[in-house]
Amino acid sequence: MSASDVESIKKQTRTYIGVFVALLVLTLVTVGVSYLHISSVFLALALGLLIACVKGGLVASVFMHLNHERKIIYWVLALTVLFFIVLMIIPVASHLDQRAIQ
Amino acid sequence: MALVDERHAHGHADAHHEELGFWQKYVFSQDHKVIGIQYGFTSLVFLLFGFSLMMMMRWSIAYPNQPMPLVGGLFKATGGIIVPEFYNQLGAMHGTIMVFLGIVPLAVGAFGNYLVPLQIGAPDMAFPKLNMASYWSYFVGGVIMLASFFAPGGAAQSGWTSYPPLSNIAPPGQTMWLFGMLALIISSLLGSANFIVTIVQLRAPGLTWMRLPFFVWAQFVTSFLLLLAFPALQAAAILQMMDRLAKTSFFLPSGLVVSGKVLEVAGGGSPLLWQHLFWFLAHPEVYVLILPAFGIVAEVIANNTRKPLWGYRSMVYATVFLGFMSFIVWAHHMFMTGMGTTMSTFFQTTTMIISIPSVIILTALIISLWGGSIRFTTPMLFALAFLPMFGIGGLTGLPLGLAASDIHLHDTYYVIGHFHYVVAPGTIFAMFAGIYYWFPKLTGRSTSKLLGHLHFWPSFLFMNGVFMPMFIQGMAGVSRRLYDGGAAYSHAQGVLHWNTFMSVSAWCLGLSQIPFVINLFWSIWKGKKVGSNPWEATTLEWSATTSPPLAHGNFAVIPTVVRGPYDYSLPGSGREFVPQDQALPQEA
Amino acid sequence: MMDIPYTTEPRPDTGLYNAKLGIWLFLASEVMLFGALFSSYVLLRTGAPTWPHGSEFLNIPLATLNTVVLIASSVTMVLAWSALKLNDFGKYRRYMGLTFLAGVGFLIIKAIEYSTKFQHHLYPETNTFLAIYFTLTGLHGLHVIGGMVINGYFWGPGAKMWKTQPERFTNRIEVAGLYWHFVDLVWIFLFPTLYLM
Repeated sequence: MSASDVESIKKQTRTYIGVFVALLVLTLVTVGVSYLHISSVFLALALGLLIACVKGGLVASVFMHLNHERKIIYWVLALTVLFFIVLMIIPVASHLDQRAIQ
Repeated sequence: MALVDERHAHGHADAHHEELGFWQKYVFSQDHKVIGIQYGFTSLVFLLFGFSLMMMMRWSIAYPNQPMPLVGGLFKATGGIIVPEFYNQLGAMHGTIMVFLGIVPLAVGAFGNYLVPLQIGAPDMAFPKLNMASYWSYFVGGVIMLASFFAPGGAAQSGWTSYPPLSNIAPPGQTMWLFGMLALIISSLLGSANFIVTIVQLRAPGLTWMRLPFFVWAQFVTSFLLLLAFPALQAAAILQMMDRLAKTSFFLPSGLVVSGKVLEVAGGGSPLLWQHLFWFLAHPEVYVLILPAFGIVAEVIANNTRKPLWGYRSMVYATVFLGFMSFIVWAHHMFMTGMGTTMSTFFQTTTMIISIPSVIILTALIISLWGGSIRFTTPMLFALAFLPMFGIGGLTGLPLGLAASDIHLHDTYYVIGHFHYVVAPGTIFAMFAGIYYWFPKLTGRSTSKLLGHLHFWPSFLFMNGVFMPMFIQGMAGVSRRLYDGGAAYSHAQGVLHWNTFMSVSAWCLGLSQIPFVINLFWSIWKGKKVGSNPWEATTLEWSATTSPPLAHGNFAVIPTVVRGPYDYSLPGSGREFVPQDQALPQEA
Repeated sequence: MMDIPYTTEPRPDTGLYNAKLGIWLFLASEVMLFGALFSSYVLLRTGAPTWPHGSEFLNIPLATLNTVVLIASSVTMVLAWSALKLNDFGKYRRYMGLTFLAGVGFLIIKAIEYSTKFQHHLYPETNTFLAIYFTLTGLHGLHVIGGMVINGYFWGPGAKMWKTQPERFTNRIEVAGLYWHFVDLVWIFLFPTLYLM
């Protein structure tokens, strides 16, 4: 193990701790926002999901090393996210479309 | 030029391969070939069982409320008569067993497991232990499904589609169905991850993506469908288990009345939620049923026309596109749920689009015959018959994919005719082609040509006898899942006579499988011994492996691939076929 | 043992070792599994005439603590892997042990949450909100238990491999870590969805 390897891993460790702190802060933020009782359901939802996405993004890119992963992994995940979005949108869209014609 | 597998050269770990006991070698094996054979035998037994269920159904349809001959004695409680509740069990379990315990394990578990590592020049699958776990998970799921017949109230009886609210309030056999499905889904997920990693990572040197046999591409896309679509049904099964066991109301609407009483549940659930989750899996599932079949037919056609496949590249792109599209068409199974016009337009459009890649693949296979030097071997007979049969199945799908015509055809016998054409004289014929084609690789012996013909011709005839009249009945409005075949409905009277015709065809179809079973067993013992490449084929499983039956590790020397998969009658080569790993002197 | 290539060293053109691709594929299927359940949540909530705010039934401070515990366990997990890269087996053991303990903590808090609900006669069958709450968190909890079994194995008997095949063992910890981070990731979305909205 070379000195530069040790150095780079020590740097990584600092990043991990930094992300940990960020995640803690964001957790408190998201709980705090919920206590504000924002009147618009849509806005509350969007804000909550946005914060969750940022937190999730940090875990995925830093802890799970996605920020320097291989292309194949990115493709698999992109495909998955696409179908995830389809599965999230279509059933409720069908439901709303159904109600629209009544 | 082939690489010597360094590990063999150094004799690494070979010694303790010989020390495997009986159980580790034949029962709890991690060798993909043994696992493939395990999948093969188990799935064929399930196919036979599922077929028997259908033969009983067809008795009820043709001769409702009359005691069954032969097996009627087993049902003393009803005097040998198939009562409607039992008919429903037969129907639900026939579908479940054929699809989940029969065809997919055969097409993917058996053919895929056995052949993919061989065709890509790998010593085994990427994760042999997971492979073994995948088989045994399937086995457990199968046992649970069979055992469900003995549950109080019988097996699942709400269709293979298990729609709530009916399935929610069905007898305990439905809960066993859910547990069985969980085991099967786990098996599938383990298997599909294994296939993808194997194909991506373990291709032999020189085996680029566009040099892969089409069979491998088909298995690759199939695995993605299984990986990403099955979890939705897993979620649905969990939710239905919660409904049935923890008294939740995920699928139960408020105020549901059962047997005159309002159900005492929280309500607020959505039966349509089940349908969305179920079909999110079940539509890609039908492409899981057909893609391996396309793969097998492609291999058999290339080999028996002695020329390359026409349009290999188009077939590959079409297959990938098909896989992708299959995730966004599912609600064409739900046109009759009160869907609004926006969603039905969306799904009709995607459904029409998805027919294009299927047509491209079928057309390429047909054009591949042109100018070929056709050898009418037994596998080729089945592969050739597949083409028009799948054509009929595919074409009859079109009016179902269009909402306007689907209004008349949904849940009629037309649908049953459509999907059976693609799966029965479609996929199952491709499976037969594959069994006859690769039999010599597994056993070192060839099958009987006479028995092959005795299997093929009557099967082909009776397949059409069973399924063609279904379109007529369907267009006349005869609904599916009727234990009496429509006898109680006035609009069905004019087409009722087809029931006897179809039932007799079905029983004759059953009899036609006897030469196949005899052929399999007789040939294993007494078939003519052949070498390692009796079909003079180009792909690695024929050209580079040790003599059959194949040894552990598959290849004495890991091959290096230097050409595409179908260099038959290669101009300038002076050869009728050039295997993938063989360099020609003029190419040196 | 099988002579399967690329179990430890990565394949040159893909840059991956087999288990890395394998675990990401498995995680992709898990995204679809939890995605299907989230989709169910969306459909059920949209179709419901009324839907309670999470605070009506759930203990937000306790769940916030649980969120912190799980996130902390993610950090200790990745530090355990880092330790192996630095050839420090002792450090690995300590961090992996902490990860396991954090998992225990998470489950204890979860058990407190569940039992409090049952004491107040709040069950999955009570209403749709509780039904999806128990199902989502229950399935997540099962995944936590599964992860702990794996982590426990690698802290204990599985750690023997460090002596004979250190690189392969490090990869196994990386793969186990990916699974564990994913379990954390699901909770990051579950927590606001169920508790805060």
